[in-house]
Amino acid sequence: MTKQASDTDPLIIAKRVFSSRLIIGTGKYKDYAENAAAAEASGAEIVTVAVRRVNLSDPSAPMLVDYVSPEKYTFLPNTAGCFTGEDAVRTLRLAREAGGWSLVKLEVLGDEKTLYPNMPETLRAAEMLIGDGFEVMVYCSDDPIMARELEDIGCCAIMPLGAPIGSGLGIQNPVNIRLIVEQANVPVLVDAGVGTASDAAVAMELGCDGVLMNTAIAEAQDPLRMARAMRHAVIAGREAYLAGRMGKRLYADPSSPLAGLI
Amino acid sequence: MKITVNGEDRHVDAPLTIAGLLANLGIAGGKVAIERNLEIVPKSAYDSIGLNDGDRIEIVQFIGGGA
Repeated sequence: MTKQASDTDPLIIAKRVFSSRLIIGTGKYKDYAENAAAAEASGAEIVTVAVRRVNLSDPSAPMLVDYVSPEKYTFLPNTAGCFTGEDAVRTLRLAREAGGWSLVKLEVLGDEKTLYPNMPETLRAAEMLIGDGFEVMVYCSDDPIMARELEDIGCCAIMPLGAPIGSGLGIQNPVNIRLIVEQANVPVLVDAGVGTASDAAVAMELGCDGVLMNTAIAEAQDPLRMARAMRHAVIAGREAYLAGRMGKRLYADPSSPLAGLI
Repeated sequence: MKITVNGEDRHVDAPLTIAGLLANLGIAGGKVAIERNLEIVPKSAYDSIGLNDGDRIEIVQFIGGGA
């Protein structure tokens, strides 16, 4: 069923073609094995990954790439934890050297408590990265003007937050997400804030091209089952959006004909 | 000579290449990226680049993370 929907409706980011519209993070899982199983269950083709120092006291510790293979998934290196443009650019240059990937997820944070993006710094970092040959998917606020500026400077996907990272609060400002979707000529993905399947469906019903999530799956009581739920929710939301929902009315309208009543 | 690796000071015997340092640390070079004094070291140069006293080295890898 996934196939039928996606064969005619692929997600295209920076000329790369994907059939799944769900991108998942690889943090907060019990271990890499559970992470790999959740990725499989979610049907995701893109996983976002962090860049960190090798633990010198235990260099033989399990590595993400041994469980979630870059041969099977498109790795999307992120700049989680970066608070300046320079840190973000430095991190992604290292990521490109480690794996050779130019498609990246930029996030430049502005506040430790909310992890809200610092937008002037995000714009500056995006310009530096694009100038350096990166294809930038960008985590941003849900401000349509900022989203437009990021697209204008060449970002290949706009990824507004639905709610703060890891909050699970769902889409807090559906009006802004819709405004961003309507004006964009590149894919728009809700990045952060999804808590459960209905949140993902709401994002997709708003016309988003995809959803990126991590905690909603990793912190579910049963991550594998939630990964499956998210897979279905994203497909259901996309199909509902493409189908075009019925109009809303204030009063009832019977589904059975009134003619011929006894 | 003294170098700093991932923020830790280390005394190593000169001469030492990047490849030699990785071998000393027991790290496989294929899955990491290396920065020397804020400049990326291409994998192709691991054998040829010698370390100098005071060098600051970062060795990073991909780990799980979302945002």
